[in-house]
Amino acid sequence: MKYIFSPQHWRRGVWIGLAFILMTGASTAAELNTYLRPGAIPQPSNNLMTPNRVKLGKMLFFDPRLSGSNWISCATCHNPAMGWSDGLPTAIGHGQKILGRSTPTILNSAYQPLFMWDGHARSLEKQALGPIENEGEMAQSIDNDNGKLISLLAELKALKGYRDAFEVAYPGEGITKKTIAKALSSFERSIVSSDAPFDLWIKGEKQTMSNAALRGFTLFEGKASCVKCHSGFNFTDNGFHNIGLEDATDAGRYAIRKVKILIGAFKTPTLRDVALTAPYMHNGAYSTLAEVVEHYNLGGHATENLSPNIKKLNLTATEKTDLVEFMKSLTGEITPVTYPVLPAE
Amino acid sequence: MNPKHLANSILFTVIIMFSTTALAEEHLIAQNSKSFQLSGSKVEAITIKVGDTIRFKNEDPFFHNIFSLSDLKTFDLGSFPKGQSKTVVFDKAGTAEVECAIHPEMFMEIIVQ
Ligand code: HEC
Ligand code: HEC
Ligand SMILES: [Cu+2]
Repeated sequence: MKYIFSPQHWRRGVWIGLAFILMTGASTAAELNTYLRPGAIPQPSNNLMTPNRVKLGKMLFFDPRLSGSNWISCATCHNPAMGWSDGLPTAIGHGQKILGRSTPTILNSAYQPLFMWDGHARSLEKQALGPIENEGEMAQSIDNDNGKLISLLAELKALKGYRDAFEVAYPGEGITKKTIAKALSSFERSIVSSDAPFDLWIKGEKQTMSNAALRGFTLFEGKASCVKCHSGFNFTDNGFHNIGLEDATDAGRYAIRKVKILIGAFKTPTLRDVALTAPYMHNGAYSTLAEVVEHYNLGGHATENLSPNIKKLNLTATEKTDLVEFMKSLTGEITPVTYPVLPAE
Repeated sequence: MNPKHLANSILFTVIIMFSTTALAEEHLIAQNSKSFQLSGSKVEAITIKVGDTIRFKNEDPFFHNIFSLSDLKTFDLGSFPKGQSKTVVFDKAGTAEVECAIHPEMFMEIIVQ
């Protein structure tokens, strides 16, 4: 006893205790680090973002002449005033046709490896021309004049404003399918989330989160285990899951990869600015975040091929509102987006 | 049959069986932090011998679903939780692409020689 309580050993004990406290403190900080914004916006080496490329991409994104009707632009559905979505359960396209899936936000698309609800597009560049040519969406032929419709390439080449803008953005490359796709992608990569109350809280501004939102964060990582799928800076695992929505018609990711678990599985969406992008889910099944939480609380509705990570949660009424408060804390201050001036000639 | 021949052939069979099992190896590929890992670091490819076994072990607190649709070997291990593992024997030479159905960023090649 005398040995253990000698001043020298007592001091060592204090040091070990301190080191232990520091270590456990450091480990929680390390876990919070997974939510930090990555250093730079990821971008492919053959299409680095420059101000001229982003500017051209923005013109194209807002230009309804990219559609067959000259009436629908990318921004008709990906509307910056509505969280870069459209507020509709599922999109409405060319000829007022109601489409099968909802319009996802394009926010933080730079951080995603795969695009579309079923992940079939492997890059923004590969995705960008799809909606233009899709009969349901914009119904505009890009390089084929079809006898009657004027092609998009011909329309753009006729405008000096576009000829100049393409030349400064992609010198010597001309107006082609490739440069249209590259410019649109550069603009989309520039649409990144701003710091939300949650981000400020991680950085140490402790008063930005309400107690309810903080309790919601604990539930998100713990009892409700949302973090199993909504993880990291962008609150997505970039993975595919069947979360038990009732939708008998859409096979989801299974159309791309014939593996049983993917029947009815869709891409985990980001939760950044999620308060702005109702209705929710690939089919617009829910119109509020409270309805979404209730879905998870029940462990989903349809149980066939349900993800093994979805379980009944038994949340109390307060816990449900806490989760909603936490999700609201992921919505940052929105800088108004200005419209570009489009070339008239 | 001559008992001596019988004894010889039994001995022969036992030796062959023993040597093939002794040659076939098992390799542990972990699923950790949404990546395939060999001895604690991320792997994109592993070279093994015909007859070797790969044991896929989940070390993440959520499910993975390892599969391959390659010509060499088609399998779907289904989803299994942390701590559990499943094995696949590679009995032909060639290359198999292995992916996680849930997390397509998890991708590796098994080169069988
Ligand atoms: C008619 C409405 C509509 C128009 C117009 C439209 N989109 Fe979309 N967009 C959608 C829908 C619906 C989806 C999801 C489709 C799916 O997953 O099958 C989508 C998906 C996307 C995605 C994938 C997002 C993700 O997280 O996976 C990107 C990027 C995108 N659109 C960009 C564009 C661009 C660029 C244009 C203009 C060239 C455009 N969209 C025009 C409705 C539209
Ligand atoms: C098994 C993985 C998984 C878990 C666990 C999970 N989610 Fe999801 N979440 C998804 C997928 C996949 C979707 C899209 C499903 C679809 O549209 O078919 C989604 C959609 C959402 C949406 C709609 C977003 C939008 O833009 O449409 C919200 C909100 C959401 N989840 C919140 C939560 C919360 C809160 C929890 C915890 C209670 C949770 N999620 C748990 C995978 C998961
Ligand atoms: Cu996985």
